[in-house]
Amino acid sequence: MTTPHKYVRTEDAPLLPPPATEAGITGWLWQNIFASMSDFQSLGAAIRSLFMILFSLLLVYLFIDQTYGLIDFAILSAVWSDPEGLKREVCWTVQQGGSLPDGWHGACWPFVWAKQKFAWFGPYPSEELWRIYLSLIVGSIGLVWALRERLPYRRQVGVLMLTLYPLLAFILLTGGNSDASFTGIGVWIIVGLALISVGRMGAAGHLGTIFAELAGIFGIVGWGIIALNVVRGIVAVDFNLTPVGTGDWGGLLITLVVALTGIVASLPLGIILALGRRSEMPVVSVLCTIFIEFWRGVPLITVLFMASVMLPLFLPAGVNFDNLLRALIGVMLFSAAYMAEVVRGGLQAIDKGQYEGAQAMGLSYWQTMRLIVLPQALTHVIPGIVNTFIGLFKDTTLVSIVGIFDLLGAGQSAIADAAWSTPVQAITIYLYIGIIFFIFCFGMSRYSIFMENKLSKSRRH
Amino acid sequence: MAASSATKMQVTEEVIIQMSQVNKWYGTFHVLRDINLTVNKGERIVICGPSGSGKSTLIRCLNRLEEHQSGDITVQGITINNDLKNIDEIRREVGMVFQHFNLFPHLTILENCTLAPIWVRRMPKADAEAIAMKYLERVKIPEQAHKYPGQLSGGQQQRVAIARSLCMEPQLMLFDEPTSALDPEMIKEVLDTMVSLAEDGMSMICVTHEMGFARKVANRVIFMDEGQIIEEKEPEEFFNNPENERTKLFLSQILDH
Repeated sequence: MTTPHKYVRTEDAPLLPPPATEAGITGWLWQNIFASMSDFQSLGAAIRSLFMILFSLLLVYLFIDQTYGLIDFAILSAVWSDPEGLKREVCWTVQQGGSLPDGWHGACWPFVWAKQKFAWFGPYPSEELWRIYLSLIVGSIGLVWALRERLPYRRQVGVLMLTLYPLLAFILLTGGNSDASFTGIGVWIIVGLALISVGRMGAAGHLGTIFAELAGIFGIVGWGIIALNVVRGIVAVDFNLTPVGTGDWGGLLITLVVALTGIVASLPLGIILALGRRSEMPVVSVLCTIFIEFWRGVPLITVLFMASVMLPLFLPAGVNFDNLLRALIGVMLFSAAYMAEVVRGGLQAIDKGQYEGAQAMGLSYWQTMRLIVLPQALTHVIPGIVNTFIGLFKDTTLVSIVGIFDLLGAGQSAIADAAWSTPVQAITIYLYIGIIFFIFCFGMSRYSIFMENKLSKSRRH
Repeated sequence: MAASSATKMQVTEEVIIQMSQVNKWYGTFHVLRDINLTVNKGERIVICGPSGSGKSTLIRCLNRLEEHQSGDITVQGITINNDLKNIDEIRREVGMVFQHFNLFPHLTILENCTLAPIWVRRMPKADAEAIAMKYLERVKIPEQAHKYPGQLSGGQQQRVAIARSLCMEPQLMLFDEPTSALDPEMIKEVLDTMVSLAEDGMSMICVTHEMGFARKVANRVIFMDEGQIIEEKEPEEFFNNPENERTKLFLSQILDH
């Protein structure tokens, strides 16, 4: 029996290979390059396609031209060495009194080699440079170890890098032996212990219901004070190293110190501020909001000026703390405010159900945050976090405004050296500084992409 | 059939939940109005009613996901008030399964299950994992233990959520529309799990529209409307002989299609 007007399939439709425009190299070329510029069906489409082809060719030409110009300046035409110790004359053209052909335009790398130590470490005494090298080597090994996959004790190394390493680096770089009084440190530690015990009593409910909720804060502040003073105590020990004041630091060293301190401090501070801003306790929330809005509302330059010029005016005579430390604190608080808003964005993306799921199982507020909410929220905002880190790294150049010579500041003062005065002097050192900044920022960017991929693979949603 | 399995499910005299004159408002909206409810240990209660009638709010008050403004709620002899300790204690004893599962997407199935035992009950990791595997077998998905929630189907995820609650070995389980977000073909596997749980004597309060489930395991069905408990009966009586007009209307709407 046949039913002519009903179509009934009697066998499966065959699975066919995709057309050439969908797969393979041809498909890729078609979809990414030719599809937009190969429509000649009508006059309008043909004009559009022709325009697209010409425009693409122009862009390719400009790209190649500019890249070649840069390679030519930095590598092909560059002067690489100064074997005879001619200094500026090695980069002079015949017209200028040197030996290079007229119209020569290239980088004068011997100038950079000569200024290398200054650009990296500023006026740091040469015989003490091993201390910087040691800090950098330990730091790089630790960093790679903590960030690399599949290395044993990754976590522990990471924790050491965040706790012990800054202390080690500080002692190595400054020489330790600060003049803090051990009595004062002792008093502070007792204050910290007192705060912790008050917090414990509060948590146990001896001091009323409202206090029980604030007990955690007392504990945190107490431990903070103790940790700070233990650090002060260790730093005050005499390790028999020649003291090098921060006034003698400079160049890349300053850039790294400011950027790393800012990066390391801004994330935890930012997380605490973000949680505080979303807190249901109005006092905490308002205080955090005011803090964030204040620091976001002022330019970093203003913060640095306030820290280095205005602050000493308000402090009593004789109280003077380090110029670099003041700038560091300014940068830290400034970036913490930005970080707080990035983290808050991540917190807002977390579904209410996640909180409820955690609460219903009996997890406390801090457990919920630490185990459930923050791991997800921070994963969501990795691009934003790294963006803030990169911005911070580059903003460190602003400290040269308050007389701290970071990489850029050191480079600029190197330009003033008449012994190397050539037309390409400034452009060479800026290129050099640019390359260094790029390496660091690009590295952070790549690591962020790597983290994103890794996390999205293991947590397929 | 229903009667024979119901006989296995022992209801005791021990009171597990006592709600008296509970009222709750969302702003000016009176969402729970004078709720009085007593549940004995081992009872299986099904709460049904039109949307917005306060069913979910009611069971969410039982573990303080929602705060009630007046009246008394006692769970396992512990009064729910502002004392955080009481709330923590109740949450340890009361498991909850949500409409949208609320599994933690960044943790594996096993980690989802061991989280609370480790962090709330302070259990050693190995013990917590043994318990988790026991309950994952119970809900018939031990082989998924090392996957992430996003790799499982909706029905599997909900069974994981049930196992996750069971890992805390609760005295009472709350189900908040556990099958409403599932594809039809997955509802049965979740209901089967819930039925077997009921047969083992677990005290349960389920907000659900699965009337087949209500007939099979409930020993009381509660009908709510506009924040009040309107009718409360044994299932056979409830379905065959509803008294209130609104109950009749509701039943006709959900059964006659």
